[in-house]
Amino acid sequence: MKPTNIKDPEYFHKVIDCQYACPSHTPVPEYIRLISQGKYDEAFKINWISNVFPGILGRICDRPCEPACRRTRVEETPVAICRLKRVAADFKSDSTDFMPEVPQEKNGRKIALIGGGPASLTVARDLLPLGYTIDLYDDQSKAGGFIRTQVPSFRLPEKVLNQEVDRILNMGVTTHFNHYIDNLQTIIDKGYDAIFVGTGAPRGRDLPNLPGRQEGDASIFIGIEWLASVLYRHVTSTPEKVLVLGGGNTAMDCCRTARRLGGEDVRVIVRSPRADMKASPWEIEDAEEEGIPIIDNHSPIDFVIEDGQLIGMHFQKMTADYDENGKRTLLPADEAPVFMACDQVILAVGQQNAFPFIKPESNIAINKYGLPELDETTYQSSVPNIFFGGDAAFGPKNVITAVAHGHQAAISIDLFCQGKDLHVRPAPWTNLVNQKMGIQDWMYDSQVSTDKRYAVPTVDRVKSLKNRLVEVELGFSKKTGHEEALRCLNCDVQTVFEHSTCIECDACVDICPEFCINFLENGDEEDLRTRLLAPADELSQSLYVSPPLPTGRVMVKDENVCLHCGLCAERCPTSSWEMMQFTYNSAVAGQK
Amino acid sequence: MSFERPDFRHPKLAKNSAGYSRKDYEGAISTLCAGCGHDSTTSALIQACFELSIEPHRVAKMSGIGCSSKTPAYFLSRSHGFNSVHGRMPSVATGANMANRDLLYIGISGDGDTASIGMGQFAHALRRNLNLNYICMNNGCYGLTKGQDSATADKGSAGKKGKPNPYTSIDLCELAIELGASYVARGFSGDKTQLVPLIKGAIAHNGLAFIDVISPCVTFNNTSTSTKSYEYVRDHIEATNTFDFVPLQQEILAHYPEGTSQEVVMHDGSIIHLHKADSSKDVTDRMKCVNNLELEKSKGRLLTGLLYVNPEIMETHDIINSTLRPLNSLTEADLCPGNNALQMINASLR
Ligand SMILES: Cc1cc2nc3c(=O)[nH]c(=O)nc-3n(C[C@H](O)[C@H](O)[C@H](O)COP(=O)(O)OP(=O)(O)OC[C@H]3O[C@@H](n4cnc5c(N)ncnc54)[C@H](O)[C@@H]3O)c2cc1C
Ligand SMILES: Cc1ncc(C[n+]2csc(CCOP(=O)(O)OP(=O)(O)O)c2C)c(N)n1
Ligand code: SF4
Ligand code: SF4
Ligand code: SF4
Ligand SMILES: [Mg+2]
Repeated sequence: MKPTNIKDPEYFHKVIDCQYACPSHTPVPEYIRLISQGKYDEAFKINWISNVFPGILGRICDRPCEPACRRTRVEETPVAICRLKRVAADFKSDSTDFMPEVPQEKNGRKIALIGGGPASLTVARDLLPLGYTIDLYDDQSKAGGFIRTQVPSFRLPEKVLNQEVDRILNMGVTTHFNHYIDNLQTIIDKGYDAIFVGTGAPRGRDLPNLPGRQEGDASIFIGIEWLASVLYRHVTSTPEKVLVLGGGNTAMDCCRTARRLGGEDVRVIVRSPRADMKASPWEIEDAEEEGIPIIDNHSPIDFVIEDGQLIGMHFQKMTADYDENGKRTLLPADEAPVFMACDQVILAVGQQNAFPFIKPESNIAINKYGLPELDETTYQSSVPNIFFGGDAAFGPKNVITAVAHGHQAAISIDLFCQGKDLHVRPAPWTNLVNQKMGIQDWMYDSQVSTDKRYAVPTVDRVKSLKNRLVEVELGFSKKTGHEEALRCLNCDVQTVFEHSTCIECDACVDICPEFCINFLENGDEEDLRTRLLAPADELSQSLYVSPPLPTGRVMVKDENVCLHCGLCAERCPTSSWEMMQFTYNSAVAGQK
Repeated sequence: MSFERPDFRHPKLAKNSAGYSRKDYEGAISTLCAGCGHDSTTSALIQACFELSIEPHRVAKMSGIGCSSKTPAYFLSRSHGFNSVHGRMPSVATGANMANRDLLYIGISGDGDTASIGMGQFAHALRRNLNLNYICMNNGCYGLTKGQDSATADKGSAGKKGKPNPYTSIDLCELAIELGASYVARGFSGDKTQLVPLIKGAIAHNGLAFIDVISPCVTFNNTSTSTKSYEYVRDHIEATNTFDFVPLQQEILAHYPEGTSQEVVMHDGSIIHLHKADSSKDVTDRMKCVNNLELEKSKGRLLTGLLYVNPEIMETHDIINSTLRPLNSLTEADLCPGNNALQMINASLR
């Protein structure tokens, strides 16, 4: 293999598994370290810069970082990255030092944001400090988008939501609430320099052709519409027996909300096997803990109506068949239909994009999936000054993805307004700082904690089931937050190798608890992976290869399960290994 | 500074046939200087014991005094051990071995511990062919007492103090062959591909197995003027042979070309396959072995590998015809066989 180019910012970035997996590349280990030091304000600031909504995301983030966490390859459970974010938000002081300055004098550019969800709010946050004038249009009475109308209060209290949304609006957004845009052309005609469409994926799927759907309509609801009605108190109770159809997170929110509105016998019915459910494991766990059974492999046949009243549903039991490629087909089992009695059905069987407000006259190209044709880097549509982001761009995802889109769209809009090439993106800001302190002492906590993941304490179930506004999770205490923070392996503290001083004494090889380091004859990657001291079959993890050493061999380090413990650097007599903190901050709009 | 190693180990590391992972053979974290060759030798020992599926509690580690003699603290923490006084490892090992012949004995010593103060003890352990794996971590100096020249320092070699050694050096391998060791090898701490099989062969061997491991002292004797530095050793090393150690009951899979390979069947039935550059170099012929060492030395080369082996000769227990059982398993009945036995002995003496 060729020597690794550690000057490429993506090399060490990839070693920081969590940050790399995060759509907006939040510097996770850095904020976790600050939490372990009790520096909550600094930890909060890092989050706010990168993911804009620390208090919200510390509760409801889909957390793609956690399955990526290095600890899952070393032991069973990842660091509770998401809940530590909440620790930073919970214990930060009232100081607002982290807020960027918004210039009084504007730069003369006007931007319209359609939709007030996290994507649009991120664009506003990024562009306001650069002097842009921002108009935001949303059909709801308050900003927040789906995190306001969909995510139930027992997962995200309104107070937290308001605080983080208002923080951005107060930077100087001109809001137009209760303002549904029925034709985008009306906005285009206003002559904005750029328009950002962040209207989400607002349509819930129905099962219109299932027998009984029309007759039972009064007792059958579309999940996302029903959740919004609960928020606005149009719906304040449910009957005793409720069936929720669907296996995603919307289904989990619906069933848990129904449980709080009077549903005694609430069940979730899923077509596919449980293992294939889309809902996050922790959401499923929470639902089950609230006494909601998840019944898998049941496909709906019809709604059963008696005297004009919904009394239940029939289901066909299914079996999943997997071919040798692991591709699944669901087949009806050879069994009679199952009847389940119910008073109400909530359909949470999917979400769709819809752009009824985009008319042909605006010339925005829409692809065969009903989504806008976009440049995947710049999020620019076929109309140069119109950009998309969030669920409206590539279909329903999650908040952190919407935020990441918002950042990129803001960069694009800023470049566009300056007449620059949108594809010449600003580079991430990186830095490498030696962690040596004294002879063999590190500036970070190099000891590796063997503690198991700490559970977040919750309120009494009975209490929380009585009131949908009571938040279930209490958050970590400072003490538990500290312990959990110490579980972080500091993957941003990189092992940096200097081949010119190495005397090939093997001290690093011998001390490394994970057998990461090897000195051997070079070869191509496939061959090297078979010759390392420990199995190196985790192909997504890089091999760090040095230039040739005096014996003609090369140093090869498998990054896979390195604990960043620093022992190699401690045992090296020539300081050929150094522990260096690598900072990677994604580019932001306005960065030179 | 970390005084602890993390608890985690690579999740995909295999266990050996005795059900142990490599971690089960580790010891405390080393307090030797960073980069000391002794730590690599220790690591090779751990690897050899792991690969041979040795049960840690069936091992006794013996040592004298020196940085090298401290290393038993850094491997096999579940084994028995005795850290004796300077140069006295062989006699303590002899006593232990006489009392319990069922354990595997690993004697760790240094060049000072062996070739200076312990020379007399060393010679007699060799002469008796004690069933002991004698590993001398040879750095050409007294590391623990700040690097004075030892008796194995080459004439003219200079360590950190910069003064060339005026005396002739002792070649411990030649001495071991001459004085009766039945397995003699030389390795280098910086070459585990060679060292691990050498140690495995020694463990399988019944009788005194001596390995002289060139193990640089990074702090006091790794200078450009020293002949025991990493660089010098790498530049002057000459492997007499490379070899595969095939433990008992394992199928021989590799094919060895005739003439260049030699097969040595060990006492326990395991086999050592030697691949030699020069087929005339027979490792079972004592005289030739000493000649080879001298020949390479005259060319300024340091001969490594398996230098001499004789699996046939008797170890101490066989020579003195001692009981086959460990002493602690002998009962009163075994030790006081009664009047009849006494009468028989008396009769035999009449
Ligand atoms: C039940 C449910 C639970 C969820 N839970 C989570 C979770 O726990 N974690 C997570 O990360 N994600 C979750 N999501 C997904 C997440 O809410 C979305 O991915 C995210 O909000 C998308 O942000 P956005 O800015 O693209 O749009 P949205 O948040 O959807 O905001 C779009 C806004 O635009 C408004 N709008 C639409 N069209 C127009 C128009 N023509 N004129 C004016 N206004 C308009 C909408 O009313 C809305 O207010 C959940 C989604 C649902 C349905
Ligand atoms: C009876 C006695 N004499 C002298 C000493 C001092 N002493 C301690 S270690 C040592 C030499 C050790 O050299 P070596 O065996 O080569 O070990 P190294 O430290 O080089 O590994 C000496 C002379 C002692 N401890 N005991
Ligand atoms: S930091 Fe060094 S010693 Fe520790 S696991 Fe990583 S490579 Fe091994
Ligand atoms: S410990 Fe340092 S000098 Fe020794 S092999 Fe490792 S990197 Fe090289
Ligand atoms: S003084 Fe020399 S022999 Fe002793 S630990 Fe240090 S490097 Fe090793
Ligand atoms: Mg010595």
